[in-house]
Amino acid sequence: MTTPTNPTKPRSLSVRTVALLIALAIADAAISFWVGRQAYLWMPPQASAEALLVDDLFGFLTTIGSFIFIGVTTALLVSVLFQRADKYDTSDGPPIEGNLLVEILWTTIPLGLVIWIATYSYQIYDQMAILGPMEHMNHVPSLSIMPPAEAATLPAVPEKTPIEVHVRQWAWEFYYPDQNITSTELHLPVNERARLELISEDVLHGFYIPAFRIKQDVIPGSAIDFGFTPIREGRYRLRDSDYSGTYFAANQGTVVVESAEAYQQWLTDAAAQPLTVADNRAFREFSKAVDRPISMGWKTVVPAPPPRVNYASPEDSSYE
Amino acid sequence: MSNASLEAIAAKSGQPFPGAPNNWQRFFTFSTDHKVIGIQYIVTAFVFFLIGGLLAMVMRGELITPEADLVDRTVYNALFTMHGTIMLFMWTFPVLNGLANYLVPLMIGARDMAFPRLNAAAFWLVPIFGTLLMVSFFIPGGPSQSGWWAYPPVSLQNPTGNLINGQVLWLLAVALSGVSSIMGAVNFVTTIFRMRAPGMGWFRMPAFCWTVLSAQIIQLVGLPALTAGAVMLLLDLTAGTSFFDPAKGGDPVLYQHFFWFYSHPAVYVIILPVFGFFSEIFPVYARKPLFGYKFVVVSSLIITILSAVVWVHHMYASGTPSWMRMLFMFSTMLISVPTGVKVFAWVATVWGGKLRLDTPMLFALGGLVCFLFAGITGVMLGAVPFDIHVNNTYFVVGHFHYVIYGATVMGVYAAIYHWFPKMTGRMYYEGLGKLHFALTFIGVNLNFFPMHPLGLMGMPRRVASYDPEFAYWNVIASLGGFLLGVSTLPFILNMISSWVLGKQAPANPWNAIGLEWLIPSPPPVENFEEIPIVVSGPYGYGSHEPLVANNPAGELISEHS
Repeated sequence: MTTPTNPTKPRSLSVRTVALLIALAIADAAISFWVGRQAYLWMPPQASAEALLVDDLFGFLTTIGSFIFIGVTTALLVSVLFQRADKYDTSDGPPIEGNLLVEILWTTIPLGLVIWIATYSYQIYDQMAILGPMEHMNHVPSLSIMPPAEAATLPAVPEKTPIEVHVRQWAWEFYYPDQNITSTELHLPVNERARLELISEDVLHGFYIPAFRIKQDVIPGSAIDFGFTPIREGRYRLRDSDYSGTYFAANQGTVVVESAEAYQQWLTDAAAQPLTVADNRAFREFSKAVDRPISMGWKTVVPAPPPRVNYASPEDSSYE
Repeated sequence: MSNASLEAIAAKSGQPFPGAPNNWQRFFTFSTDHKVIGIQYIVTAFVFFLIGGLLAMVMRGELITPEADLVDRTVYNALFTMHGTIMLFMWTFPVLNGLANYLVPLMIGARDMAFPRLNAAAFWLVPIFGTLLMVSFFIPGGPSQSGWWAYPPVSLQNPTGNLINGQVLWLLAVALSGVSSIMGAVNFVTTIFRMRAPGMGWFRMPAFCWTVLSAQIIQLVGLPALTAGAVMLLLDLTAGTSFFDPAKGGDPVLYQHFFWFYSHPAVYVIILPVFGFFSEIFPVYARKPLFGYKFVVVSSLIITILSAVVWVHHMYASGTPSWMRMLFMFSTMLISVPTGVKVFAWVATVWGGKLRLDTPMLFALGGLVCFLFAGITGVMLGAVPFDIHVNNTYFVVGHFHYVIYGATVMGVYAAIYHWFPKMTGRMYYEGLGKLHFALTFIGVNLNFFPMHPLGLMGMPRRVASYDPEFAYWNVIASLGGFLLGVSTLPFILNMISSWVLGKQAPANPWNAIGLEWLIPSPPPVENFEEIPIVVSGPYGYGSHEPLVANNPAGELISEHS
C-alpha cells in the first residue's frame, strides 16, 4: 500500500484515509462483537441467576477489551511490517512531538469509557445483591454510594432459617437447623433464593461455586450471611477459594440443585439416616502419609477428622 | 548545580576503592559508585530470578498432571510461597533498583547518587535477606507455606512449634527488604530533586527519571504500612500478641488492609520504571520524539496518586462492605486512564517512524503487547461482579504474570540489552538476543495465556492438585513454563560471552539522544569530566538540536552528536 518510508504529515487527513479508518473501526467492532459472544462459552454452565448477570458483564468487557486490543496491536503490526528503516538509512523520522487534540481525545474517551464500564458493573452488582457480612452493612447509609434502593431490589426472601456452612481444615459440612440434618453435600431447591450462614472454624476459607459465579471469603470469628439463587438442576463443585494451608486444594465439596419435591424427599430421607463417617480426602491423604516410613514433606497442621453426618456425599460423582 | 552535588563529588573523590572501570574486583567490594552498585543489584537479582524460576518449573511439573504426585503438598505450598517472594523481593525490586541506580545519575548529569554510602548499604541488605530466605529451606519445618501474602491465621499456624521457623525468617526478610527499599527511595528522590545538571528543568528530564521518581514516592509512602503489618504479624507469631488472630480477638482482615495498602501500589513501583524503559527505547529505535512527552510524564505522577486508593480491589471477596467495593471499583478503573495515555503515546511514537528492530526494540514491543493484554484483563478484574467469580483463580495469576513477566521482565530485558554497551563497553550478539526474544515471547504466551481460561472455568490459584477438566490448559502452560526456563540460556550465554569477548562498544552505538550517550562506554568513575549544561529536551530526534552546551566527556571523546 504505502512505501516503507512514508511518514507524511498526519494533519492533512484525506477523505480516503478517513474512509479507511472508519472501515477499519467497523471491522474491528464486528470482530470484537463476535469475540464478546464467544466469551459466554469460556465460562462454566450458568447455574444461578447471578451467573446470567456476570456473564453479560464479562461479554461486554470482552467486547470492549477486544476492540482496544485489536486496534492497538494492528497499529503496531502495521508499523513493524511497513515502517522499517532501510538497511543503511540512519536518518531520523519526522520530529512530531505530540498533538494536543489527539492527546486530549485519548484521555477523555477512555475516561468516559471507564465511567461507562464502572457504572454498568455497578448496575450488575446492584442486581446481584450479594449480601456481605451483616455487621459491615451498617456503614451503608453514611456514604450515598449504595443507595437505599438496594434493599428494595432484593428478591423477597421468605423468613427461613439459613443453612449453616461450616468449613475447617479441610472439610465442608452443612447443617440444616430446621430438620437437624448434617451433610457433606449441600442440597438446594432450584429457583429459590438460598440463604446460607458461612462459618469458619479455624482459618480463612473461601466459599466458591464456579457455576454460580459467586464467592465469599469465610472469616473466622464472624458468621457471614450469604445468598444466591440457583436456577439449574445438577451437581456442582464447591471449592475452597482462599488459601487455607496444606490440603487447601483437596478441600472441595458438592452442591446439588434439585426440584422442590426432590429436595423435600432428600431432607426426609437424610433425617432418617443415622450419623456415618464421611469420606474426607485431606484426612485420607494425611493418614496415608503418616504411615509412610520416610516423610517426603514438612510438618503440617493435622487435618480435622472426617465429619460424622447424616448424609455423606457419594464417592465418585460426576459434575456439571 | 547545587551544594548537594558538590558535597557528593567531594565525598566521592576520597574513595579508597580501586576505581578503574575495568577492574572486575570492584563488584565484590562495598563500592559507593552508583554504576558498580547498579550492576551488583542487577547480577544479584538475576541469580535469584533463576532460583525463583527453578521453583516455578517444579511447580509447573507438579501441575502437568491433576494429581498431587510430584512433590508433597507442603513442598508445593512452600514452592509457590517462595517463588512469589523471591520473584518480587529478590528479583523485580532489586533489578529495577539496579537499573535505576545505574541510569538515573547518568541521565540527569550527576556524578553519583545523593547518598553513596546509603546506596551501598541498601544494596548489601539484599544478599543478607536473600540468604535469610534461602536458609529457611534448610530448617526443620521448611520455609513459609502461607503464600506471599502471608495472610493470618494460616501464617500464624506454625505446626513445628519452633521459635525459629520459616514464617519468622520470611517476616524478617520482608521487613529487611522494606528497610532496604526505603533507604533506596530516600536516595532516589533526593538525587532527582537535588542533583540534576544545570539546565535540566523538570520537563527536560528523561521520562525514565520521572517514572523512577513516581515509583520511589510510592515506596516512601506505602512501605511503612507493609513493614508495620509484617512486624505486627511477627509479634503475633512470636510474642503472643493478638493483632490478627481471631481466636484471641484479633482481626485477620485488618492485616489484608496493611498488606494491600502497600502491595498493590508495589505493582506500580514495578511497572512505572518499565514504562520508563518503553518511553526511552521506542524513540531511539523509531527515530522519533516521544509523542506527548508532558502527558506521558505527568501521567506517571497521576498513577502514583491514584495507586494509593485502589488496594481494596484485592479484597472484594474478603467481607468488604458494598460501598467500599463500589468506591474502589471506580478508583481502580480510573487508573487505566493515565496508563492508557502512555500506551497510546507509545503507539503514536512508533507510528510513522523509521523502525530498527534490534533486540531492545523487539523486547519493548513484545512487552507493550503483553502489557496491553494485562491492562485489559486488569480493568475486567476491577469490575466487582466479574472479579467475584475469578478472584483467587488462575485468571488473576494469568493477569499478574502478563504484567510481571510479559511487561516487566521483557521491559527489563529490553533495558539490559539497550544499555549493555554502556555498562560494559562491549556489544552483545544480536542473533542470540533475537533468539532470546523469540523464546521469551512464545514462552510467556504459552505459559500465561492458558491461565485465563482456567480461571474462567473456576480453577483456584495455589492448588497442588486439580480436577481433570483443567488438565488440557495446564499441560500447555507447563510446556510454556519449561520453554521460559530454556529461554534464559541464550541470554546468559550472550551476556557472559559478550562481556568477555564482545566487540568494543562506541560511546553511542544506537545513535541515541541522552546525557549517558555523550560519555565513553563504560563511563569513567566520575561519569562526567565536566557537568553537562543541558539546553534542550530529551527526545530531539529529527530536529538536530544540540542537547548540551558543553562537552561533558571533556577530552575523552572529541566528537558527539
